[in-house]
Amino acid sequence: MMQWLSNIYRLGLKELRSLRADPVLLLLIVYIFSFAVYAVATGAKLEVVNASVAYVDLDRSDLTGRIIEAILPPEFDTPEEISATDIDRVMNKGDYVFVLYFPPGFEADVIAARLPEVQLNVDATAMVQAGNGSVFLQEIISAEVTKFIAGDDTSTSLPINLVVTAKFNPNLQSTWFSSVMQVINNVTILSVLLTGAALIREREHGTIEHLLVMPVSPAEIMLAKIWANGLAINVAAVLSLWLVVQGILAVPIAGSITLFVAGTVLYLVSVTGLGILLATFTTSMPQFGLLALPVLVIMNLLSGSTTPMESIPDWLQTIMQISPSTHFVAFSQAILYRGAGLNTVWPDMLVMAGLSAIFFVLALMRFRKTMAAN
Amino acid sequence: MTDAPIVQLSSVTHRYGATAALDDISLDIPAGCMAGLIGPDGVGKSTLLALAAGVRKVQTGQVQVLRGDIRDRHHLKDCNTRIAYMPQGLGRNLYPTLTVTENLDFFGRLFGQSKAEREERIADLLKATGLDPFPDRPAGKLSGGMKQKLSLCSALIHDPDLLILDEPTTGVDPLSRQQFWDLIDRIRSERPTMSVIVATAYMEEAERFDWLAAMSDGKVIATGTPEDVRIQSGQSTLEKAFIALLPEAARQGHRDVVVPPRAHVEGTPAVQAISLTKRFGDFVAVDGVNFEIERGEIFGFLGSNGCGKTTTMKMLTGLLPASDGQALLFGEPLDANDMRTRQRVGYMSQSFSLYSELTVRQNLDLHAELYQIPVARRAGRVAEMLDTFALRDEADQKPDALPLGIRQRLQLAVAVIHAPEVLILDEPTSGVDPIARDAFWQHLVGLSRDNGVTIFVSTHFMNEAERCDRISLMHAGRVLAVGAPTEITKSKEAATLNDAFISYLREAAGDIEEMQTTPASSSPTQFRAPEPQRQSGFQFARLWAFALRETMEILRDPLRLTFAFLGPVILMLTFGYGISFDVTDLPYAVLDQDQTSESRTLLEAFSGSRYFAEQASATSSEELEARLRAGEIAIAIEIPPDFGRMLLRNESPEVRIAIDAAMPFRAETARGYLQGLALTYMEDQIERTYGEAIDTSGAEIETRFRYNQAFKSVFAIVPSVIMLMLVLIPAMMAAMGVVREKETGSIANFRSTPVTRTEFVLGKQLPYVVIAMLSFLTLLVVAYAVFHVPVRGSGFALLVGTFLYVLATTGFGVLISTFTRTQVAATFAAAIIAIIPAVNFSGLLVPVSSLSGGGRMIGLGFPSAWYQQISVGTFTKELGFAELWQNHVVLVGFAFLFIAVSIQMLGKQEK
Repeated sequence: MMQWLSNIYRLGLKELRSLRADPVLLLLIVYIFSFAVYAVATGAKLEVVNASVAYVDLDRSDLTGRIIEAILPPEFDTPEEISATDIDRVMNKGDYVFVLYFPPGFEADVIAARLPEVQLNVDATAMVQAGNGSVFLQEIISAEVTKFIAGDDTSTSLPINLVVTAKFNPNLQSTWFSSVMQVINNVTILSVLLTGAALIREREHGTIEHLLVMPVSPAEIMLAKIWANGLAINVAAVLSLWLVVQGILAVPIAGSITLFVAGTVLYLVSVTGLGILLATFTTSMPQFGLLALPVLVIMNLLSGSTTPMESIPDWLQTIMQISPSTHFVAFSQAILYRGAGLNTVWPDMLVMAGLSAIFFVLALMRFRKTMAAN
Repeated sequence: MTDAPIVQLSSVTHRYGATAALDDISLDIPAGCMAGLIGPDGVGKSTLLALAAGVRKVQTGQVQVLRGDIRDRHHLKDCNTRIAYMPQGLGRNLYPTLTVTENLDFFGRLFGQSKAEREERIADLLKATGLDPFPDRPAGKLSGGMKQKLSLCSALIHDPDLLILDEPTTGVDPLSRQQFWDLIDRIRSERPTMSVIVATAYMEEAERFDWLAAMSDGKVIATGTPEDVRIQSGQSTLEKAFIALLPEAARQGHRDVVVPPRAHVEGTPAVQAISLTKRFGDFVAVDGVNFEIERGEIFGFLGSNGCGKTTTMKMLTGLLPASDGQALLFGEPLDANDMRTRQRVGYMSQSFSLYSELTVRQNLDLHAELYQIPVARRAGRVAEMLDTFALRDEADQKPDALPLGIRQRLQLAVAVIHAPEVLILDEPTSGVDPIARDAFWQHLVGLSRDNGVTIFVSTHFMNEAERCDRISLMHAGRVLAVGAPTEITKSKEAATLNDAFISYLREAAGDIEEMQTTPASSSPTQFRAPEPQRQSGFQFARLWAFALRETMEILRDPLRLTFAFLGPVILMLTFGYGISFDVTDLPYAVLDQDQTSESRTLLEAFSGSRYFAEQASATSSEELEARLRAGEIAIAIEIPPDFGRMLLRNESPEVRIAIDAAMPFRAETARGYLQGLALTYMEDQIERTYGEAIDTSGAEIETRFRYNQAFKSVFAIVPSVIMLMLVLIPAMMAAMGVVREKETGSIANFRSTPVTRTEFVLGKQLPYVVIAMLSFLTLLVVAYAVFHVPVRGSGFALLVGTFLYVLATTGFGVLISTFTRTQVAATFAAAIIAIIPAVNFSGLLVPVSSLSGGGRMIGLGFPSAWYQQISVGTFTKELGFAELWQNHVVLVGFAFLFIAVSIQMLGKQEK
């Protein structure tokens, strides 16, 4: 037993040394946990930000002016005026997502309670902004028109007073969401790639044969790879949460980092195991890359870290239960955003542990068979 | 040898980083004869030949080839058509998945030969080399000797004036070697004007050369005829002469290897192979091999590359399970999982297989620990190894920085650190210089005679074989003979062991197809003088040669092909189903503290909506909070106790709704839904109270969702996914296509033939453009059949746009491959550089019009953003060329830019 642990420890140290000696991989780790997290979190926002608006104002009244002035950053860019004949052209080119059209005599019709019609053209191919953006614009227009009629008196009484609060992210900032999810996606990508690459590199260099003629068992070799690469990724992930997410992006983290790290360890065992398993199906790095790419994309996109899990068809949700990433995302969201504790997240941890065991055993079964073959 | 020198070097120095491969060399290589460069690996032979062939760029000094300066571009072009270059490594310039004929056909096309001419030449060459029985065998499945013959054919297809062969016989069995040289002799007799320059590490081969230059450590140490060199040094053989010619420092400590007689040891043999057989599919690598190795014996294993030596050795270490038969170790069946067996065996594999990122000492430490040498003795044992194998001075260096000879000593030290009883060594001295080889053998002899270690060693060198107690000759998976070297020589009444080996090989020829090589007598017309051809300028035929070959290779790699077509489809299905911004079925729970008909009316508005999915109601605020925290519900609704009463009294009761905003997009959408729902409810209430509908707003807002009336995600996602797939996968595949040639070495064919950079780049790119277009068509079918997303606009504009786009993205891949060296780096670089602009800044998630600053610049600086508008425009916006032509123009620009820069960056000569 002591020998067993000592072998795993020694081989793991060797693994860390190899990693340290590979500048390309180190650069990849740094890049993916710093710049890539930052760029995606700040660049690709799923909320309505800077949405481009144009308007055609044939009324040129006080009311239309007030409406246009009410369309403000950060949700919207300052609206730009275009001529009525240009509507189709600019929308076809994708210059603007929203184009408002105020008919002549709009203000007069509002005052006369003739219910004039404002046309809101939405480029519905811009999915992320089109839906929520049009709701916002409708609200702005309604509010301005109501204010105009009521003469700035907003005390109209409504039958109920709806108080909507957004919990865990009161200002609905997508940076909070995408930065942390990006870290999680990167943990998945790196775990699979690093362990898989470590194994394939050993095979390409012939060192794996060397290990296999020594008094070292495949399980020891695999466990060494898992702990060493897992440790490196865990450190990188926690540093990224700390420096990039909490530090630079100023995202608050609700729950216990310790519990998160504990879950990450479980998750890492399962995905590094998966990395080894995938590596046993391929003989070279390019083949491995080609196999890993779709697996990683699926694991990341359908785990609930990009789009809501409810939006995925039920059958696909069921299939995705075998992906450890689905459980890890649920686990992380509960802890990091909602501050949940162990009593809430233990089922996900249990599943991750089970999946770890399954991947490990499968990889072990294939390991000896495929590693020594030419 | 009367003409001016064929190759003339003056003051040539060539460096790789800090090490000088060639150190101020001046050398005249005579024309019209067979000139040789001799010396071990790493002395600069290959660099010198590469400079002479024009495949490597001259750093300093003058290189005159075929009476012209190789640095002159026009002369280089001329040289490309007149020189044939065969790089080092078995079949290194061949394409393993292509057949014999296809390989030669490719080379013929490169030299602009017509179909009839190619057929004639191929037939002639195959006949002359005895390869004619196997025109349809893939090059990768040929034996080492046959590969070299095929390489030679491909070099001779254009009747070169100068033939440059870099170690053509390394790793080839003695008979094939002999046949190879005979073939060269015959070709030379038919084409007396042709000059040949050869490099070899086998000193005995150099005896055939007309002229030779011995090289050591980047310098020429002797030149002249073999006889001159022998006389100069006063030695009987070239090998000894070479050692004698080395500078004093390099020779230090060298003494001849003397093998003391072996004392017979009683007991079961150390190693026994009983009908050992290994099959890979229907290929029999090792066929019923039998032998015994006694304890303390040095047992040599001879045979060509690929004859089954390595496979046999791997079976004896337990690395490979035997298909049939048995391997016994000290009389017991070998059990691969028995850790005690592994303690008794030391193994050294063919290539260097220690950790190059660990120092010499760290490597020894690691192995000492893994072999469970007790802590107390560990340091002592490592020190002992450093001393015994003279590794002290290098203890803290990394293996990569060390010469091959020292690396092999380190491997041996590692293999014996646990004092094994059996040592299995797979070609430990391949490529090592004679002095280091002798030093290595001193160690082996010591281990056997002093420590009683049984040694099983494979080698190509006959002088090493002669030192063994017994040897076995292996060929095509079978053992031809076993015995003491002298017995084997005697049994064939041969003068040398080499001759005896050849004679055994000939005997086995009856049932071995390779031996049917009775070269046909060649007619004088066979190798004609070259016809004057204009080879310069762009030629479509050469482009086509590359495109055709690339296509054949892809077709024979099912994994790559599968990925090229299946990958995008799988990913489109994933994206199509997975990326949905249609938020529905939001789980919610209610805490209704009122329980009146009024509260129930309000709640009915929720339960009736498809956007919300009701969960079990809560009994307390804390419960709601906890369930929200656990992620079980997304919305918590709390109705106050006197809701109904207040509502009736018109007191505007407060309804509290909490949304889980962990995922902001979902929360934002949910909030929109809630507001809409509340508005409808209130209008209903007002209508009910006042008996008439009162519009609270003063104007109607007519929202028109253009291009996608149903407002479904797939209509936006599917066209964008096509954009994404047609950049990621074509770029990755194209990048690997070029880098793979760099890694396997077949890039030499681009460097040494008249093919231009433009022809090469476009030729390599063309198949990937076709694959990407086919992949596009499958995606189109999936979009229509699975997601019901038809092309509403101009299909032609889409098709043209796609073509231009894949031209740009494959061009991008080629561009990546010009500055990466390994396939790993190319894969990562292509994916990572492409993925950020394509996913984030090309309109997949956020419209480009909403991007600002850096993001916008990145987006517009990459073809994806431009193509996305074509894709979305033609799929959903019913657009055509009239609206999109500017995007097409920009894509043309990108394609042109990427390809032009690639061509510029791709060096015709290696640096």
